Amino acid sequence: MKLDSDIQQMTMIQAINSALDVMMDRDPDVVVMGEDVGYFGGVFRATAGLQEKYGKNRVFDTPITEIGIIGVSIGMGAYGLRPVPEIQFADYIYPALDQLVSEAARLRYRSAGEFTSPMTVRSPFGGGIFGGQTHSQSPEGIFTHVSGIKTVIPSTPYDAKGLLISAIEDNDPVIFFEPKRIYNGPFDGHYDRPAKGWAGHPGAMVPTGHYRVPLGQARIVRPGEALTILCYGTMEHVVESTVADMGVDAEIIDLRTLVPLDIEAIERSVKKTGRCLIVHEATRTSGFGAELSALVQERCFYHLEAPVERVTGFDTPYPHSLEWAYFPGPVRIAKAIDKIMKD
Amino acid sequence: MSDQRLPGIGQDGGGRNLQPLRLHVPEPQFRPGDVADYSDFDIPAADAAPRPDETAHPGSMQQLAYGLVRVLDDEGAAVGAWDPHLPAEALLKMLRAMALTRAFDTRMFRAQRQGKTSFYMKSTGEEAVSIAAATALARDDMCFPSYRQQGILIARGWSIVDMMNQIYSNKGDRLKGRQLPVMFSARDAGFFSISGNLTTQYPQAVGWAMASAARGDTRIAATWCGEGSTAEGDFHSACTFASVYRAPVIMNIVNNQWAISSFSGFAGAEATTFAARALGYGIAGLRVDGNDALAVYAATRWAADRARANAGPTLIEHFTYRTEGHSTSDDPSAYRSADEGSHWPLGDPIARLMQHCIRLGIWDEERQAAMDKELAEQVRDAAREAEKNGILGHGLHHPMETMFEDVFEDMPWHLREQQQQMLDEAKAAGL
Repeated sequence: MKLDSDIQQMTMIQAINSALDVMMDRDPDVVVMGEDVGYFGGVFRATAGLQEKYGKNRVFDTPITEIGIIGVSIGMGAYGLRPVPEIQFADYIYPALDQLVSEAARLRYRSAGEFTSPMTVRSPFGGGIFGGQTHSQSPEGIFTHVSGIKTVIPSTPYDAKGLLISAIEDNDPVIFFEPKRIYNGPFDGHYDRPAKGWAGHPGAMVPTGHYRVPLGQARIVRPGEALTILCYGTMEHVVESTVADMGVDAEIIDLRTLVPLDIEAIERSVKKTGRCLIVHEATRTSGFGAELSALVQERCFYHLEAPVERVTGFDTPYPHSLEWAYFPGPVRIAKAIDKIMKD
Repeated sequence: MSDQRLPGIGQDGGGRNLQPLRLHVPEPQFRPGDVADYSDFDIPAADAAPRPDETAHPGSMQQLAYGLVRVLDDEGAAVGAWDPHLPAEALLKMLRAMALTRAFDTRMFRAQRQGKTSFYMKSTGEEAVSIAAATALARDDMCFPSYRQQGILIARGWSIVDMMNQIYSNKGDRLKGRQLPVMFSARDAGFFSISGNLTTQYPQAVGWAMASAARGDTRIAATWCGEGSTAEGDFHSACTFASVYRAPVIMNIVNNQWAISSFSGFAGAEATTFAARALGYGIAGLRVDGNDALAVYAATRWAADRARANAGPTLIEHFTYRTEGHSTSDDPSAYRSADEGSHWPLGDPIARLMQHCIRLGIWDEERQAAMDKELAEQVRDAAREAEKNGILGHGLHHPMETMFEDVFEDMPWHLREQQQQMLDEAKAAGL
């Protein structure tokens, strides 16, 4: 639906496609590669039409080897290109971990800036789609633990495009995790209700041209006084819906970038509310929530009126049939909010 | 409960009378205390290998993947189709770079033993593999080396003081003391930053070559790994990518027989050659006498011409011998026969090139001895120069706060905080 010459309603997939299109048009160094991304346009359609428009030298299918996809991207970056490789599912990024952790993340440091790795690794992540063990994982905590890598996770089409453009323009390696549950519409966690599209959502109004959402800046989804809720990706929408249903005056912060983190926004909010809840899909132990909790405790200790709580995936592999028992949905979030507010 | 076999299945069940299976665990020919005997070692004649056209189909080159490209015969004569017919000046230049590399290795090994640095790795016996290859490439072709190709930098005329500064991690070290000694990086010499993680450079070299091709450039990439490292998954990924996109890349395998204490059998050498791996990928494969500088030069030149003709990648196995220990942290007498190196049937690369030059009448032993003395003095003087910038552990390193630079292009808040914390702690401790 075209509403304006400069602003269109887009799904998250369309916004990502638009970001790639804009960047490929602006910068001849940008190349897109990955399994099924070329002729076919990607299993989620994120790269649809790009090969036809920019040619096979800039958008191409790859062999099924994540080591190769990332290793080759590092080499292309060293040559002077700006690669945007796709890993089909975040669950399949592990074969490339050595290339990402030992190479991409360290290249600038170990060569004292002689060589850099200006690539953006796009990968669908997160659960809520009956993806079972290997189509649902949220491995962001693995990457936030690696010095030299930036980790970015959007929650709206507007942010997805603006953040992806910033990531591609950034001269450091960026892991760009796309919450596939909200590719085609926001998800409030009520899996038993009909799926909603992006139509009518303010975050779905996306400029057709070039714009940036800066890395390292959180977004206040909803200002509030009662407690601070830190979240990102799909969980932003689950939290937003739960808070609305409860009528609690929570300040919801969508982190958007995990590294570098917008610590000022977090600190300002928790010092104001005195309470903090952290919500993520990823498993609990050593998840990114642990880092957030530690930072809040270190920086806001004398302002805290209740222990910092975490609602996360359980410390199990992601189950298939028991998905909704596993997923940190509205019931679990509401219970945690009640607990924090009673303390 | 201890016997969980199903009824009727097992050694004596099911009515079968089969030999028990056996696991084959490779064992090298010689261990400490053994006398190395290579009398059954089959060395192909120097003129035995045919030289196909640079655009030959990989499938037609099977003989080259299992044979051995050689140019220098036992008398030091250059023979056969692969003789590159290099002018005297080029031969002597290679000889000098090889001798300089060996002198450099000797000096830096001693520096480690003297406690001036933490670590060193020699390339003794493998000088031809890096120097002859670098000589056959264009200066602006990009090299993705492993940690035993310091000869590339020397062949390209890189400052040995600069290399020593890196080894000493001193204030002159361009890498700011962040990297283990020998993990050089020299962009201006077309020498990619060395990583400790094995074979990661292989797909990176392929990617660089793909980028060059996609851009319509004329530069090519070359990469090196040891035979042990071919077992890494990156090797397979790189070969697949190189083949699929016909990347203009030369992939060198330095088969020096040893991966620390593991002989080449643990990388699969008992069953095939490393060059033959190329065949399954549809890549041109050459197996080369790695101690024959002219063979290494000729094979590299062939592969470079092939790449520049858009005929695709080449995999070159350089058959050589790691004469010294793996590193200053290694004692090879604990796992291999002490006299293997001296009995190695393909000899010493420097001695063989010298013999060739003498035979051509462009060199003699006196000039060689004078050159060796001159090079020893050159590296001694360079080491003194580098030591003015400091040696490891003597305080002449880069300022502490530089530890936090270059993690990212711009330093984020958490690194700034940690940097400040470190400086405060150091100040409080009176440092």
